[in-house]
Amino acid sequence: MAKGSVQIVVERCKACGFCVEFCPTHVLALSSAFNAKGYHTPYMVHPEKCSGCDLCGMYCPDFAIFGFKTAEEAKKAQAKPESKEAAAPPPAATESEEAADAR
Amino acid sequence: MAEASVVIPQNPVEQFLRMDRIPHIWCPGCGIGTSVNSFARALVDAQIDTKHLAIVSGIGCSGRVAGYTKFDSFHTTHGRAIPFATGLKLANPKLNVVVYSGDGDLFAIGGNHLIHAARRNVDLKVVCVNNLIYAMTGGQTAPTTPGAVTTSTNPYGTYDPAFNLPYLVEAAGAVYVARWTAFHVRQLARSMEEMFAKKGFSFIEVLSPCPTLYQRRNKMGDGLDTMKFYKQNSKVRNGAPTSEVGLSKSGEIVVGKFVDRERNDYGVLMHDRLVEALGDDYVETEACSCQ
Repeated sequence: MAKGSVQIVVERCKACGFCVEFCPTHVLALSSAFNAKGYHTPYMVHPEKCSGCDLCGMYCPDFAIFGFKTAEEAKKAQAKPESKEAAAPPPAATESEEAADAR
Repeated sequence: MAEASVVIPQNPVEQFLRMDRIPHIWCPGCGIGTSVNSFARALVDAQIDTKHLAIVSGIGCSGRVAGYTKFDSFHTTHGRAIPFATGLKLANPKLNVVVYSGDGDLFAIGGNHLIHAARRNVDLKVVCVNNLIYAMTGGQTAPTTPGAVTTSTNPYGTYDPAFNLPYLVEAAGAVYVARWTAFHVRQLARSMEEMFAKKGFSFIEVLSPCPTLYQRRNKMGDGLDTMKFYKQNSKVRNGAPTSEVGLSKSGEIVVGKFVDRERNDYGVLMHDRLVEALGDDYVETEACSCQ
């Protein structure tokens, strides 16, 4: 079971590759799919390795990706329920589907 | 999968951004957005009250940080970020004033303002994103451009010696001087946190890739290549003498916290002098109550 996961807002990504290069556990890879701007966006190639350290989030110059720890965040969500994710596409799932489609 | 039951949290930087202005205009591979991430993490870790935070920028790529961040922000005329910030700080001493600008704005057209603010030790937090060139105007030679690189105004290579920013700022009187690159995100965030705890003129230089105008003309690859270059060639030397930390085109990059010292800041100096000169006649002014 992965300790964490990442959320990717595909349409903000400019495919600089920082997250792919500097992920300590090599979770991410650039997909062959395009976003609306024509960039190859990252997806989780090894989701089980993700530790939720959020280093990808600190590197991302476009604020398009961030990591979070699964168990801890669930506890926090119970403490204060708020979700502002209506506008963003449901990330992890659609992203991997897209990537799978492309290949 | 179990992910479906987990509430996905908000990106921690988004609470500080004007999301209606995102996506931003910075190029793919530019390091300014990365430095903003570190800044956001530092705000969270240092528990800064963003109601008492003002961010001032000049002109340039980095100058747009003030427009994208959701604080009281001011996008000033070229080179005049520090005079505006000084005025803000003097009028409302409780305010945390951050100057977030580029090397061209702070050290070329605004160089005089910077050295005098450092001399007076005005309590400003200055973050200088150094991409070694005037990027927004088309890649002209800047005072920070290291020797022997091609720019739009020096097609045969630059020959002017460059400023060594930490050396200059230390000599002018800053109390906190550090340099990191866009690669050192965690160290940069920690350094920014320390900067918020510091009273006086604090300066952090952030080296950032400029793939579009600096690296393209010099065949140095894209932003990721520069990040790998930073990873390989940077050396952390905390407390290094700033005279030895000058940059060259492909040489070693010395990073770290170079100066951390104590000096009375401008507000304290002014207060002490006026109390001494006027005695009982001196009336302490109320801090501006406008929010």
